[in-house]
Amino acid sequence: MVLPALVMFVVFGVVPLVGVLALSFTEWDGLGPIHPAGLSNWRSVLSDPTLLHSILVTFEIMILSWAVQTPISLLLGTFLAGRQRYRAFLAVLYFIPLLLSSAAIAITYKALLDPNFGLGPGLHLDFLTQDWLGQSNLAVGVVVFIVSWQFIPFHSLIYQGGVRQIPTTMYEAASIDGAGRVRQFFSITVPQLKYTIITSSTLMVVGSLTFFDLIFVLTAGGPGDATRVLALDMYKRGFMSNQMGPASVIAVFLVLLGLALALLLRRLGGSTTASQQEGA
Amino acid sequence: MDPMATSRRTFLGLVGGGALAAGLAACGSSGPKTTPGSTTGAAAGTGTTYWYLTGQPQEAIRDAQVKRFNDANSGSQIKTTKFQNDAFKAKIKTAIGAGQGPTLIWGWGGGGLKAYVEAGQVEDLTDWFNQQTDLKNSIFPSAFTAATVNGKLYAVPGETVTPIVLFYDKRSFEKIGAEPPQSWGDIMDLVPKFNDKGIAPFSLGGQSRWTNMMWLEFLFDRIGGSEVFQNIYDGKKDGWSDPSALKALDEMQKLIKANGFIKGFSSITADSNADQALLYTGKAAMMLHGAWTYGNMKSAGKDFVTGGHLGYMNFPPVDGGKGDPTDTVGNPGQYMSISSKASQADKDNAKKFIANNTLDDATVDAWVKSGNIPVVKSAKDKLSSITDKNDSEWLNFVYDTAANAKNFAQSWDQALSPTAAETLLDNIAKLFQLSISPQQFADNMNAVIGQ
Repeated sequence: MVLPALVMFVVFGVVPLVGVLALSFTEWDGLGPIHPAGLSNWRSVLSDPTLLHSILVTFEIMILSWAVQTPISLLLGTFLAGRQRYRAFLAVLYFIPLLLSSAAIAITYKALLDPNFGLGPGLHLDFLTQDWLGQSNLAVGVVVFIVSWQFIPFHSLIYQGGVRQIPTTMYEAASIDGAGRVRQFFSITVPQLKYTIITSSTLMVVGSLTFFDLIFVLTAGGPGDATRVLALDMYKRGFMSNQMGPASVIAVFLVLLGLALALLLRRLGGSTTASQQEGA
Repeated sequence: MDPMATSRRTFLGLVGGGALAAGLAACGSSGPKTTPGSTTGAAAGTGTTYWYLTGQPQEAIRDAQVKRFNDANSGSQIKTTKFQNDAFKAKIKTAIGAGQGPTLIWGWGGGGLKAYVEAGQVEDLTDWFNQQTDLKNSIFPSAFTAATVNGKLYAVPGETVTPIVLFYDKRSFEKIGAEPPQSWGDIMDLVPKFNDKGIAPFSLGGQSRWTNMMWLEFLFDRIGGSEVFQNIYDGKKDGWSDPSALKALDEMQKLIKANGFIKGFSSITADSNADQALLYTGKAAMMLHGAWTYGNMKSAGKDFVTGGHLGYMNFPPVDGGKGDPTDTVGNPGQYMSISSKASQADKDNAKKFIANNTLDDATVDAWVKSGNIPVVKSAKDKLSSITDKNDSEWLNFVYDTAANAKNFAQSWDQALSPTAAETLLDNIAKLFQLSISPQQFADNMNAVIGQ
């Protein structure tokens, strides 16, 4: 049973990874022959100020989108965990953004946010008629908003499942002791969801390293380089500038960063103090 | 399939391309994506293939060329795949590098073609083309410069001569009671007048970046003459910090700071034609753009063209500038190369297509009818047969602009190598965002001169 998964992982995971690692030490324009280049790519990329800028933008979007998504997903998930019919109906509606491709979402939002032909000018609403994608701060905010809009349904689903795993006896006991709903949420639901929160956060944080399609279609990294995240920087170096070596350096860097972040979040979970109730 | 298929380069190419793609796709919490226009049926070795750009009216003319060829050659069909401009630029390089490119490689010549030549990806067409005397003699001589690398011809010019021109909306000028600008000073004077009336002075699809670049191409030329960019092209050290270049960059930022461009220009893309829509809907008064936009403005702009509201002129001179006011920039033509990796049969087929169908009479007619000047000398003769008054004026203007230009410079991003071009476009985006100064722009660009 392990074999198919192993083959998939080796063919689509390990082999490309080794290829990229090898390419990061070479000079290649994507067209001609490949020349070994030693450490020169690593030196030039790591000393390039645009890399630092891309890292900052990546972390900015990562942290902001985590901070927006987590509380909303947690509340929505708890709400949807209820068995009422109308909540099941709402769950279906909330789920819709997840069904759309990022490119389609980006094109739609781009049209809606257009300062001349978009929603704001169309409805004559001044507060919506901003240069949303043309100003650095606004553009980052818009990206965070759309990412959250797109992925909150997914994380709500995870939390919904998590909340449903919490034994109802705990809530019954708390009610008898006189705990209100808010108290129950913070004293039972949130602590019981510790591992769900870590799982969801890991997916958000590591996933945000690979935001590419949405930003590529929406702003192409602009205005200027305000939304040029690492994945986009990698693409532009590789496929626009024809510099596969430096692009591979960034690819390797992204892999290491994702791995480090995932391990860090696992560590934060503190496996030794695992709650006995989790997953009961 | 050619014997190169199992070479180390091809293997690494697949590995490398796959890895970057896997890097993008891995870890994401969203499902599989499909990119518009990416088909897998057009790989090398599956017959004669041809990739080209979407967008009317050019697309229909290219479709018709292939149809005529396929109708006449039932045994050797050409398969086509179509892409949007920006998607095409990225896709074709990757595909060629991975040995999956089309037989017929459509492009803009210049630096991009040079990269293909250096990588041995395109056929040397010099000898074959010299035998096609009729075709050779029919094409504008100026179109061959961007197709020639180290004295050899690697691409055949085709399609249209498209200079960049200054379009304007006559209605907007009537509203403010002013005349079209005769100088850069006039432009700066017009800016506040249009802004007061709630009309943006200039439309601009700034997210595409090469749209911004057209402004610099003209300002460099008008202020310092054509040799400023020629020096850069020739790899002269610190060419970008030429005093004329710095002045041009400074003037550019002055216009941006004076709100010369439409609100939100840096998020508008040229691929969606939104920049043209701003002009023909009256939201913007002027637009610097390629001659290829005329056809779309005519078909999409209701009575904008047919009602005689569209005006156009060559970019005006800058007071005290050294440039020749007849100079223009743009695309002296589009180019077709043949993949050196294709099979002999496919190569022959592609040559037949180029020789018989790319500048044949039907094509030349269609180009002229669509409001474009094809790269052949006979275009001038066809102009007299145009009955539509607007089209006739426009075509004569384009023909004269191209024919009378002392220098017809190729677009910078096409003339430079892909690496230098990408750095250029990035820095132009920052320059227009006012996040770097002219001096910083020059420093950043000097670092990649000659690359």
